[in-house]
Amino acid sequence: MPEKKLKYSFYLGCVIPNRYPFIEQSVRNVFKELGIGLIDMQGASCCPAPGVFRGFSIPLWLVVGARNISIAEENGADIVLMCNGCYATLLEVNVMLKHDKKKRDMVNEHLAKIGREFKGTIEVKHIIDVLYYDFGLDKLKDYTNIKFPNLRVGVHYGCHILKDSTHRPWHGESEDPRFFEELIEITGAKCIDYKDRLMCCGAGGAVRTASLEVSLDYTREKLENMRNVGVDCCMVCCPFCHLQLDLGQVQVNETFKDIIGEPYKIPIIYYTQLLGLSMGMNPRELGLVATHKLAGVPPFIPIKSFMDKIKEHI
Amino acid sequence: MEDLKSDRILEIKDDISDELRKAGYAEIGACIQCGNCTASCPSGRRTAMRTRSIVREALLGLDEVLSDKELWLCTTCYTCFERCPRNIPITDIIIFLRNLAVQRGHILPNHLNLCRMFYDTGHGVPINDEKWNIMRESYGVSRVPPTVHAHPKAVKEVQELISCVGFDKTIAWGKYAKKEEKAEKK
Repeated sequence: MPEKKLKYSFYLGCVIPNRYPFIEQSVRNVFKELGIGLIDMQGASCCPAPGVFRGFSIPLWLVVGARNISIAEENGADIVLMCNGCYATLLEVNVMLKHDKKKRDMVNEHLAKIGREFKGTIEVKHIIDVLYYDFGLDKLKDYTNIKFPNLRVGVHYGCHILKDSTHRPWHGESEDPRFFEELIEITGAKCIDYKDRLMCCGAGGAVRTASLEVSLDYTREKLENMRNVGVDCCMVCCPFCHLQLDLGQVQVNETFKDIIGEPYKIPIIYYTQLLGLSMGMNPRELGLVATHKLAGVPPFIPIKSFMDKIKEHI
Repeated sequence: MEDLKSDRILEIKDDISDELRKAGYAEIGACIQCGNCTASCPSGRRTAMRTRSIVREALLGLDEVLSDKELWLCTTCYTCFERCPRNIPITDIIIFLRNLAVQRGHILPNHLNLCRMFYDTGHGVPINDEKWNIMRESYGVSRVPPTVHAHPKAVKEVQELISCVGFDKTIAWGKYAKKEEKAEKK
């Protein structure tokens, strides 16, 4: 029996399309290679972000989140998204509105004014969930022909891919998950455990905007713990963590220059960038080669040392 | 015994804890002040934020919990939520308390700016410089993403929703508050 082709509504969020488009490029191209269909979500807005906007107004968060979900419902396909923050919002809003009629009625009353409705017909999935469960870790292994046994990876999950664990697909595991390590290790790379590896990057919960210094101090602690075990790169599955560890790393080097010794220079890599390399794809298709001459754009921490490690194998 | 005056206890107001209960967070009453939340908190390691105190102040209905800046130093990592032995949804409660704080006008200028950006563009982090379009093109994706940025009508929809839930008033209130603050300083 032929397998049903996987197809998703492609939710971009804000940080990926507007600051880290190389993540978007890598996901579009890797999914094409894997034969997974993507339907753009025309007119989608900010999820809205669970730290800032949910903190300001829960009703606002619910209705705007529901509007985004309604676009995917029109597409007739579950959402795949690449950001832990968007995941926290759209997953929680979707579950809440499916199960709470009072809230759903309130939301739909507002959505009716713009000719929309939340129907509750789709699921919201993180790209890591899609690759691990829907596509399948074992099947994905068949695609990863090029191995990188010399690559030492510091894994950063980020918070909202795991927690709160009630509605996440990881069977309640939030203290010692291994699914991201498993996905990374099919490329042959070695995941190096480090102190407090599940710790927050420091960006979320409106803290980056409330107090940059507090948020950077989280990042400093993470970078220090990774540097102590020696990693070639830090692997992320969230663009806001990516931003915090990349741009934030430059800011840490400046803000804490008196206490950190040598500046940190740990390249930050999004998972599909490594996966694509292992699938034999060209680094140019994976956002790993910049062809522009722009200044002041990501990646802020050069990824050359990572690429040099990779080149030993391709 | 003079220090053990009871006036503080008599001053307990329960509107905050009442609002918490009405919003479905009655579990907060089960808090035994064990401090697992504070011990697990990565923010508490480096700031004056004490999660246990926030919960207690909320239970006692002390207004300071809403005006203290510490309320905004939680990154919502949900570690306390996962570890609470009484299954109190602590992080969700902090988020709800922030809602109450904003309703009472306690919002930081940076956060208000974010709200305005969201209202104007539909994005929390919008394309606000052509370099981002050029960068997108250089990576082989569309110059303008298929989001609200490509659909002016979608921005109007988001603005309509922001007004529907009354959040435009909150943003406007913030503007007045800022002016008042400036006037006071003068």
